[in-house]
Amino acid sequence: MQSTPDEVLIRRIANGDRLAMQVLFARYHVRVFRFVVRLVRDETTAEDLISEVFLDVWRQAGRFEGRSTVATWLLAIARFKAISALRRRRDEELDEETAGAMEDPTDDPGMALEKKDKSAMIRKCLLGLSAEHREIIDLVYYHEKSVKEVAEIVRIPENTVKTRMFYARKRLAELLKWEGVERGWP
Amino acid sequence: MNAINEEPEHQEIEALLPWHAAGTLSPRDANRVEQALAGDRELKRQYDLVREELIETIHLNETLGAPSARAMERLFAAIDAEEARAPRHHRWFDLGGRISEFLLSLTPRTLAWSATAAAAAILMQAGVIAAVVVKEQGNSSGPELASASSEGSYVVVRFAPQATADGITKFLGAYKANVVDGPLNGQLYRIRLSETKLPKEEVSKIIRQMQSESNVIAFIAARE
Repeated sequence: MQSTPDEVLIRRIANGDRLAMQVLFARYHVRVFRFVVRLVRDETTAEDLISEVFLDVWRQAGRFEGRSTVATWLLAIARFKAISALRRRRDEELDEETAGAMEDPTDDPGMALEKKDKSAMIRKCLLGLSAEHREIIDLVYYHEKSVKEVAEIVRIPENTVKTRMFYARKRLAELLKWEGVERGWP
Repeated sequence: MNAINEEPEHQEIEALLPWHAAGTLSPRDANRVEQALAGDRELKRQYDLVREELIETIHLNETLGAPSARAMERLFAAIDAEEARAPRHHRWFDLGGRISEFLLSLTPRTLAWSATAAAAAILMQAGVIAAVVVKEQGNSSGPELASASSEGSYVVVRFAPQATADGITKFLGAYKANVVDGPLNGQLYRIRLSETKLPKEEVSKIIRQMQSESNVIAFIAARE
């Protein structure tokens, strides 16, 4: 059975349909949460922010013009909220210089052996990227956003999207090299 | 991008590898990348690294869990508060909207799975009728969208695939008729001929006249 298209849900939300709001929330809240939590690195803040994201959808659904997909629109709102929250937060510990001091979910007691595992090392280094690099890698690899969609969400030109992705990957390779994982690139 | 390989085409292809791995390139770009990969071992090795990153990024994100029910409770509490302050206008009957929804429900994938020629014809026709409805809605001096009450005389029609928005508008105007519902099953639209109940003979006569306008009407039947 075909599910209701997102654009139809938005139209219904614009008419005050709470059920449509619930369906849209159910469809996207986990994805939006994961995107936000990777940026703000705090689950409670991320939960608060996704409520705000969907409240914005409730308020602005009538203005949705369909130039982008609903998923892209949601991530763009979420990004704006996350960045605003980060600006409000004074403890700007989100760049890669301080990332090493942050909690590493893969660093549990049983991790000693796993440290040698390349997959785990890649995940650890993904956590060590700057917010800007984490964001683009997540959007491309996890949220499956095209070059154009990333450009819309991050509000940068398409060529900059490609360049930023390249440097994010390059930075990842450098972090891996420091951890002893030589990939032969760049 | 890679300092070792300075060819612009190679750089462009290299830059596209993450999107190729994620399956978000256009068919044209995906084809370009595929062709380049087939003849370039170094690029293939790069692609393997990209795929490795993609897999681990997915793995990492999937371990992030999900928000608690608090997020949804907070959202709907805020919506309730807003609604209490300023209830929004609800449109209970919105034919234009329903036609738009119908159009949106025909996703490219749906069209691909159905008989494409027929689906395209339906899509075009629904678009034409949506244009008529929008035109009617936007023109305050023109015919208003009628509500589908039980009073009056009605017919159901299927518009001809070649019918244009202008043709349908003129047709409705000539008969002083309004589209009141649709698209129903079989791409039928319900049309009101009169706000009062007309004699059966009168309705039959109008139907015969309408039926003769084959450039606009493909099918017509009386509807109680």
